[in-house]
Amino acid sequence: MKFDTPAGTNPIDRLKVVGKATDRIDGPFKTTGTAPYANDWHDPQAKLAYGVVVSAGIAKGRIAAMDLGAAKAAPGVVTVVTAETAGKLGKGKMNTAKLLGGPEIEHYHQAVAVVVAETFEQARAAAALVKVTYTSEKGSFDLSAAMDGATDPGDVQGSPSGTAVGDFAGAFASAPVKLDQRYATPDHAHAMMEPHASVASWDGDKVTVWTSNQMIGWGVRDLALTLDVPKEKVRLVSPFVGGGFGGKLFLRSEALLAALGARAAGRPVKVALTRPQMFNNTTHRPATLQRIRIGATREGTITAIGHESWSGDLAGGGPEASVMQTRLLYAAPNRMTALRLAVLDLPEGNAMRAPGEAPGLMALEIAMDEMAEKLGLDPVRFREINDTQVDPEKPERPFSQRSLVACLHQGAERFGWAKRAAKPGQVRDGRWLVGMGVAAAFRNNMVLKSAARVRLDGNGIVTVETDMTEIGNGSYTIIGQTAAEMMGVTLDKVVVRLGDSDFPVSSGSGGQFGANSSTSGVYAACMKLREAVAGKLGFNSADAVFEDGQVHSGNRVVPLAQAAAGGDLVAEDAIEFGDLDKTHQQSTFGAHFVEVGVDVATAEIRVRRMLAVCASGRILNPKSARSQVIGGMTMGVGAALMEELTVDKTRGYFVNHDLAGYEVPVHADIPHQEVVFLNEVDPMSSPMKAKGVGELGICGVGAAVANAIYNATGVRVRDYPITLDKLLDGMPEAA
Amino acid sequence: MVGASAAATLVAVPSAAGARPAATDAPVLAKVALTVNGERHELELDTRTTLLDAVREHIHLTGAKKGCDHGQCGACTMIVDGRRINSCLTLAVMHQDDAVMTIEGLGKPGDLHPMQAAFIKHDGYQCGFCTPGQICSGIAVLAEIKSGIPSHVSADLNATYEATQNEIRERMSGNICRCGAYSNIVEAMTEVAGRQA
Repeated sequence: MKFDTPAGTNPIDRLKVVGKATDRIDGPFKTTGTAPYANDWHDPQAKLAYGVVVSAGIAKGRIAAMDLGAAKAAPGVVTVVTAETAGKLGKGKMNTAKLLGGPEIEHYHQAVAVVVAETFEQARAAAALVKVTYTSEKGSFDLSAAMDGATDPGDVQGSPSGTAVGDFAGAFASAPVKLDQRYATPDHAHAMMEPHASVASWDGDKVTVWTSNQMIGWGVRDLALTLDVPKEKVRLVSPFVGGGFGGKLFLRSEALLAALGARAAGRPVKVALTRPQMFNNTTHRPATLQRIRIGATREGTITAIGHESWSGDLAGGGPEASVMQTRLLYAAPNRMTALRLAVLDLPEGNAMRAPGEAPGLMALEIAMDEMAEKLGLDPVRFREINDTQVDPEKPERPFSQRSLVACLHQGAERFGWAKRAAKPGQVRDGRWLVGMGVAAAFRNNMVLKSAARVRLDGNGIVTVETDMTEIGNGSYTIIGQTAAEMMGVTLDKVVVRLGDSDFPVSSGSGGQFGANSSTSGVYAACMKLREAVAGKLGFNSADAVFEDGQVHSGNRVVPLAQAAAGGDLVAEDAIEFGDLDKTHQQSTFGAHFVEVGVDVATAEIRVRRMLAVCASGRILNPKSARSQVIGGMTMGVGAALMEELTVDKTRGYFVNHDLAGYEVPVHADIPHQEVVFLNEVDPMSSPMKAKGVGELGICGVGAAVANAIYNATGVRVRDYPITLDKLLDGMPEAA
Repeated sequence: MVGASAAATLVAVPSAAGARPAATDAPVLAKVALTVNGERHELELDTRTTLLDAVREHIHLTGAKKGCDHGQCGACTMIVDGRRINSCLTLAVMHQDDAVMTIEGLGKPGDLHPMQAAFIKHDGYQCGFCTPGQICSGIAVLAEIKSGIPSHVSADLNATYEATQNEIRERMSGNICRCGAYSNIVEAMTEVAGRQA
């Protein structure tokens, strides 16, 4: 099905199942330990062996020698695979560094071997016996030092790395009120709870990998490319993903090493990265240095806005596109953005939840707060003044929907924003200095081709199969809801099967495109199944109404199941998107409100209240969508207050590579969180009229926290995370 | 247990007194019997096997998860002799005759423990990977509060404790949820605590 004209009224609009707050249909499995994650795979017939990854102890250089003798002689060892013994390997399209390094080492903890043994304990002990001698080379590990040598990376995923509209320099120079500030965001780790894990098993020349991957189609392609086999010889199975946040978009080393280990061992092999390996072996969100310039009239109309961002990556990698939201968020006739990329020999940078916007808004939305203060304007009002309903670079191009101002107003009302003291450092609650902050949330709505297969059986059960993944985003449930709505059955009559490359290729989960794209694919397949059902029952498919487990047309009513009495009916289709996302800018909007308390003596920061108001198209399942948003808000608190991969600038690696050193929010850090969805449908987006929310939830949160801290204390920190040591010197005198 | 493992150890330890077995030596095996979810399992394990790996890889109950394997995340939480522990931080051979409760022992789809049902109702999870640990910890936390065990945020060591949001958040902070379901988990636990009160 081609989606190239705005959606009219369709069966989803009945909203008998879609749009209702629905308990997750996979909930009974997740809560009882019976949902199978990659590392849980077990076959009593298979003699499973265990692989442990050996990872490089230098950041850049070459392996001079590898002594595998002791490891191979260790008890229980079945095989050891290195780049030297692995056979010819290619590289996946989404990988920058090789997944199995050697002799060249491209980053610290790059995998250099997998040791396979009868038991996990034996493999771990033997892996420690692998002796690697390196020839180190000098690397570049310091972004601020490499900044001056950074270059224009060219187009970034189809968008230019630099933009210019009007006369930014002139307008900024002549603006009566202006801001020119620099901001820094550190490297972030996805730190999903499930370590990268895979079990591989070969049957002749075909390999099946039970894995944990957000994008099954990409994974199959890249494993086939890396193993140098046709992709028909690769099957990935990933029914449950224990968190990804972008860290499992790509084929990673453990899947490759499980496949290589299993081929060498001649039996199934299970490989999981250890937690301390994950931070340097896999990808991360790159640090950014950003400069923002805003010029405005004294009344608060922005006349010039400029945003530049510097980040680093391995040679051949890409930039963190932190300026993209600034092209679209606020009106101004004179504008510029620029991305610059430095070569760094740190581990590979790549997408993490809301790549670009998350760190970009952490800077831009502090800048807006600073500018509002300079202008003597309320920060909500300042954003309202500079709202735009069209793409500011191409005014002929409207937003399909844009309710930023409504989000800000409704949020301000609900949060009690009117009680905020404009002057910082004024509000006390016992030992706490209390402040409120606001930030706009913005994330583009991407759509990707997505296919599904639906089957109706003689019992009236509808089974959906698609390689879409469940990463916590609620895919099982919204896909089930979509099929139930389309076929006119209750949710308990739908079976959803996901995450298997034997199923039609979906959008996968990422970039908050998954919910809208994958349910649209199910919609397309269900439209075909409805035609097949109508044909079987002798109805005109255009007139047939699917409702209450029956098909109605005129005076005739037939049970749906009857259409499959003579055998299952199967339909498969894909949704393909035309150019509505080109003619109309499709984005999601929100407003985050945060209240913090800062201990007047110690500068300890506690988040006291959080509210998000989101406008994001039709919300398919308000229950799981709300969870997506509070999850983003929680990760946003982490980015604001604690998350930072600390770079060893001499040896070139992330030092704090475990969950004790890389702190993420825990229960005690997070208050009750409120989320409001505006009632929005977007017919430009898809037949579902939905958009994503999974990344919108994190966008702007960090700045809202930072602005609240400023409002509480009067200390402006522009270098994340905002830890108490950065506040102490500027704190008001403890009274 | 002491007898069995000591005997096995003596066989493997080199003659030099106090020397640790080298990694190249044959693994030291020991017999251990665990009662997991009411069922007795007699195992012969490499003494380096953690309780978590014994239950996951040898008994094939994979509900408890390995999120970090060194006590930093809580995904492996089990209830052993009535107390929650990080099962990755304890060796299986230390648990001879212990009663181990895992997520699978609490309830099944269609026959859920009230805490499992409350997690579903309040959407106290997203990806589900930390969920078995959160639920085991959640049940144990309410029992700790009931039995008068104080926490860091308990103001009065001699008072009785209530399952306030503050107490729940403090006591649950060893169970990380990167998806960020904390707000919903606290609601689920509060509801279960209310039922118990």
